[in-house]
Amino acid sequence: MARIDLEHIRHSYLPNPRADADYALKEVHQSLEDGGAYALLGPSGCGKTTLLNIISGLLRPSEGCLLFDGEDVSDRSTQERNIAQVFQFPVIYDTMTVYDNLAFPLRNRGLPEGEVDRKVREIIGIIGLADRAKRKARGLTADQKQKISLGRGLVRSDVNAILFDEPLTVIDPHMKWVLRSQLKQLHKRFGYTMVYVTHDQTEALTFADRVVVMYDGEIVQIGTPDELFERPKHTFVGYFIGSPGMNVVPVSVQGRTAHFGGQAITLPGAPEGSMTGPVELGIRPEYVRLGREGMPVTISKVEDIGRRKIVRASLEGKEIAVIVGEDGEIPAEPHVAFDPAGINIYADSRRVELGG
Amino acid sequence: MQKTWNNKAWFLVLPVLLLVAFSAIIPLMTVVNYSVQDTFGRNEFFWAGTAWFEEVLASDRFWDSMGRNLAFSAIILAIEIPLGIFIALNMPRSGWGVPVCLVLMALPLLIPWNVVGTIWQVFGRIDIGLLGRGLWELGIDYNYVNDPFDAWVTVIIMDVWHWTSLVVLLCYAGLVSIPDAYYQAAKIDGASRWAVFRYIQLPKMNRVLLIAVLLRFMDSFMIYTEPFVVTGGGPGNTTTFLSIDLVKLAIGEFNLGEAAAMSIIYFLIILALSWVFYTVMTNYGAER
Repeated sequence: MARIDLEHIRHSYLPNPRADADYALKEVHQSLEDGGAYALLGPSGCGKTTLLNIISGLLRPSEGCLLFDGEDVSDRSTQERNIAQVFQFPVIYDTMTVYDNLAFPLRNRGLPEGEVDRKVREIIGIIGLADRAKRKARGLTADQKQKISLGRGLVRSDVNAILFDEPLTVIDPHMKWVLRSQLKQLHKRFGYTMVYVTHDQTEALTFADRVVVMYDGEIVQIGTPDELFERPKHTFVGYFIGSPGMNVVPVSVQGRTAHFGGQAITLPGAPEGSMTGPVELGIRPEYVRLGREGMPVTISKVEDIGRRKIVRASLEGKEIAVIVGEDGEIPAEPHVAFDPAGINIYADSRRVELGG
Repeated sequence: MQKTWNNKAWFLVLPVLLLVAFSAIIPLMTVVNYSVQDTFGRNEFFWAGTAWFEEVLASDRFWDSMGRNLAFSAIILAIEIPLGIFIALNMPRSGWGVPVCLVLMALPLLIPWNVVGTIWQVFGRIDIGLLGRGLWELGIDYNYVNDPFDAWVTVIIMDVWHWTSLVVLLCYAGLVSIPDAYYQAAKIDGASRWAVFRYIQLPKMNRVLLIAVLLRFMDSFMIYTEPFVVTGGGPGNTTTFLSIDLVKLAIGEFNLGEAAAMSIIYFLIILALSWVFYTVMTNYGAER
């Protein structure tokens, strides 16, 4: 287990990158704490798999270096870095039994057979395949295969980190929950440093202690699921996390008041520092109150999703979403009010601190 | 929903049936006809029963040809399969080398059988052939016309040159279908080059290898043209394989009854072996 430092890492798949746009990964400078469970979350093509492959050593970054526990490992091979990786599609050795699959990485490292047997028996119990130890791995279901590829990482007690590249893509929905909670238990029990790449926010938020949100080759925010929800640092985080995502409307701010069309919204505090670029106000649908007071809206659609309703409304010509409880009533002359606790102000898509 | 049954659809199969009848079934029946009768010309036939079959199965000549043919098949399989795998493993996976290698590999397969024979017949000649003359200049006593060993070496090298490409292309197809993640996982697991081959590449090539073995075995078991052009079955009978022997018997000696019986035995052997291979191939990997 190790602490991973990513020092000014940039990566381009082109031989001679010049402009910023040539880089698949633009300047990542970040530390991943020893024993942390991290999720790299972002849409396809945001650079999250690139970053994972740089950590695992399958890719060499164009610039910058990578430290494991303060030691530079940029030039080391995947094998020497001593990490484990679980891929999108289960990778198993078809012709071997489940037991031999798990023993493979240990035997390759020349461990005595007694030691191998002890480790494999321990892990095979943890991943719940003890009764299938002598079966060929070929005939197993996708989730069992994925457990084997996870198990091949777990048997090596000295791994620096376990990396997951969208490991639940091919797993049935009901098994996803089971596997995810098992992963979390494993993390609690052994304290591995885990990095989990996904584009599914539910997966990221339930698995990780800290979620790394990536967008267009950059890390836009690292935080606990709570922080990402309450204080998105970038409008992208606001859109991407939450269902439906954050409402973002263009405003102009003077002191503690934001003007949006003909409406004035009182902010919890005045923005600190100067603001450049377009200014926007972001508020999650959970913090918008639908009632008889506030700003008048016209409702275009109501989606009933079981325990709550999503109301699509138009405020000053701009679409916003409002979440109303199951029994919440929708008034004849609807108005909305913004809860000050949920208001965030963005300048050039980045969050601005509001003073008290 | 009620399915509509209309037996008139069978008429649609009729043209194909007729075609197959003319191209395969009727000629085969002619052979059957010859194998159970004796004829002295003038279209007079006498019932011979199983006499021809008994004669073929009791003749040393048949079993000698069979032995030579099995030895030939075994030798070329033992060379072409490992060599094909080896070449496929070393072919590039991307870049300009891929089309170049594929075209080079496909070339020998595109040359007509008797041209292959002619090429090697000339190539190996000790008076004008590059190979034969070259070896002679080097002081090696090589002469495929007189020496049975040299004749065998020539025929085998020719077959390897002609057909290894097929094994290569089949194996290559199997290899490129392996996702990158397997190699990455193997790296992470610390697998050696041999372990990667043994546990990833070989299992993925299994099916294509079975096909390659089947095709190469069948083809070499029926080989005729190339050795016929190069050695004509000689020196003596040392490179007379089953089909060459069959032609000698039927056309050279005009022994139609015995040749027909031999054809049918030969055909049944091939049919039985094809069935064995097919069964193995379709059942392979079905066990869970």
